[in-house]
Amino acid sequence: MPSRVAQPELSKADQERLAQSGIDLTMENRCGSYLQMDQDIVHAECAQEGIEVLSYKKAMEKYDWLKDYAWKVVSPEKDDVTKYVAAQKEPKGYVIIAHKGSSNILPIQACLYLGRGQIQHVHNIIIAEEGAELHIISGCTSGAHVGKGGAHYGISEFYVKNDAKISFTMIHNWTEDIEVYPRSASLIGENGVFLSNYVCMQPVKKVQMYPTATLAGENSVARFSSIVIASATSYMDLGSRAILEGKGASAELITRAITKGGTIISRGHIQGKTAGTRGHLECKGLILKDGMIYAIPEIEGNVVGTELSHEAAVGKLARDEIEYLMSRGLDEDEATATIIRGFLDVKITGLPEALQKQIDAIIDVAEKSGF
Amino acid sequence: MLHIEDLHVKVGEKEVLHDINLHINEGETHVLLGPNGSGKTTLLMTIMGFSNYTITDGKILFKGEDVTRMHAHERAKRGIGMLFQRPPTISGLKLGKLLTAISRKKNEDIRALAQSVHMDTFLERDINKGFSGGEIKRSEVLQLMIQNPDFIMLDEPESGVDLENISLMGAAIGSLLEKDKHVINREKSGLVITHTGYILDYLETDRGHVMCDGQIKCHGNPREILKDIKQHGYKECLECRHE
Repeated sequence: MPSRVAQPELSKADQERLAQSGIDLTMENRCGSYLQMDQDIVHAECAQEGIEVLSYKKAMEKYDWLKDYAWKVVSPEKDDVTKYVAAQKEPKGYVIIAHKGSSNILPIQACLYLGRGQIQHVHNIIIAEEGAELHIISGCTSGAHVGKGGAHYGISEFYVKNDAKISFTMIHNWTEDIEVYPRSASLIGENGVFLSNYVCMQPVKKVQMYPTATLAGENSVARFSSIVIASATSYMDLGSRAILEGKGASAELITRAITKGGTIISRGHIQGKTAGTRGHLECKGLILKDGMIYAIPEIEGNVVGTELSHEAAVGKLARDEIEYLMSRGLDEDEATATIIRGFLDVKITGLPEALQKQIDAIIDVAEKSGF
Repeated sequence: MLHIEDLHVKVGEKEVLHDINLHINEGETHVLLGPNGSGKTTLLMTIMGFSNYTITDGKILFKGEDVTRMHAHERAKRGIGMLFQRPPTISGLKLGKLLTAISRKKNEDIRALAQSVHMDTFLERDINKGFSGGEIKRSEVLQLMIQNPDFIMLDEPESGVDLENISLMGAAIGSLLEKDKHVINREKSGLVITHTGYILDYLETDRGHVMCDGQIKCHGNPREILKDIKQHGYKECLECRHE
């Protein structure tokens, strides 16, 4: 077992917040760890043979070839966020490399902790070499009292080589004053599989992201799953895009969105550029209090032989469902929470059980407080 | 067990049940017959406490307690249960998860109970999603087995169930209503709605009522009433007065 993560100087409440974003400081169920607090890298190691977890700086010093992977799928000129991160003299963030044929059963955890009201910037590069299998859980959280000015700018570039697989599960647990701007993209090779999962059950001021997967290899697969709740003051502009280039490539974009008064924009775009490709986009939204769920599903087919579909539905909790459960003895709050829990229950194909359980546990915590 | 007095019920602005009186003793199972749209399901939903059904007059006593103004879950907790004819489909909510939520016993062997009604392979399925008619009814019976109410209302338990499964349903319902016990020791009561009467071949019942236009118009031996209805239809049956 890898060593316990050096105990950061955190209050018990903040350690609890780390746990609620999927971070296991005991390392019992993790094979490696990266911990960045504000701009300080506290911990970076991996006990799994064939897999390296390095700080961005160290990785660049160690492997000259890594420069061919930096700012290649995300353009530094994309927007103000990427420009800000690209302009940093001391880039922060992590590089995770799963060398050829390696695999981890227990996930690597990456924790990005914001302790002060400032911009935290990271640039991450994640590579699964040929035949490698890499599972990562990324817990992004902050101190409970981080106020105005707190922001997180995160660039992530994923490279899934031929026959490789990456699952990346990101759990956000911010506060209502923090703004978050992830910018990520992935390039997927032949028979490669990329699973990207996003869970956010807690308030945040603003999240804006639109990760893009380019499925370049034949029979490559991408699945994006987002499970989010917008509290009254949250503004979440979320989306994902899959570009199907390789013959037989397929993508699935699944979203479950609940608003308790806040705004959720759920974008999705699948482009079928090659025959024999398939894509499906699904967004289900539930409005618990007046706010906004704005689903914008886009499917774009360019050739004969690409098959794309989408379904989107936004609605309210059905009274007959609540009363059905009440007739079984659950009170109204229990019945409501049970139905919402079911609505958020997305089983992700190909995700290791430990990670599925982690996602379920994060949603269970939200259920206990009545969502 | 259940005592309904001068009950009037509105759905929306319209009164649909008029002056209902019904008395079901402990250990008895009654049958409610009547043409489509006569108000049978409305009566059951009202007794269960669904909010669409407004009681404008009269009262419902259960085990001597006035439950007229209680919410459905409070009635359920006091021992009223219902088998729905068309329960809703709840996306994402697994049957097994609901069973765990409604179980009040520690370490209840839900899988074994599910096996007894051939539903063990449905525990990880969304409730009622893609279930056949028979599967819906078996899921309902299974929920009642775990809920274990003292008074069970059954809305068309045989509809959509093939002949092979009717006997299974009959046996499971019989067991819920303690039909295996001697009548003196029987504590559970029931109220069954049936169109076809098939379920009566598998379930012993004590008394029948016929409902028409929102009123209970006739009482008597359930088999005799059913025989009359089969021979003469509801119209003539209602013109006659049993007892």
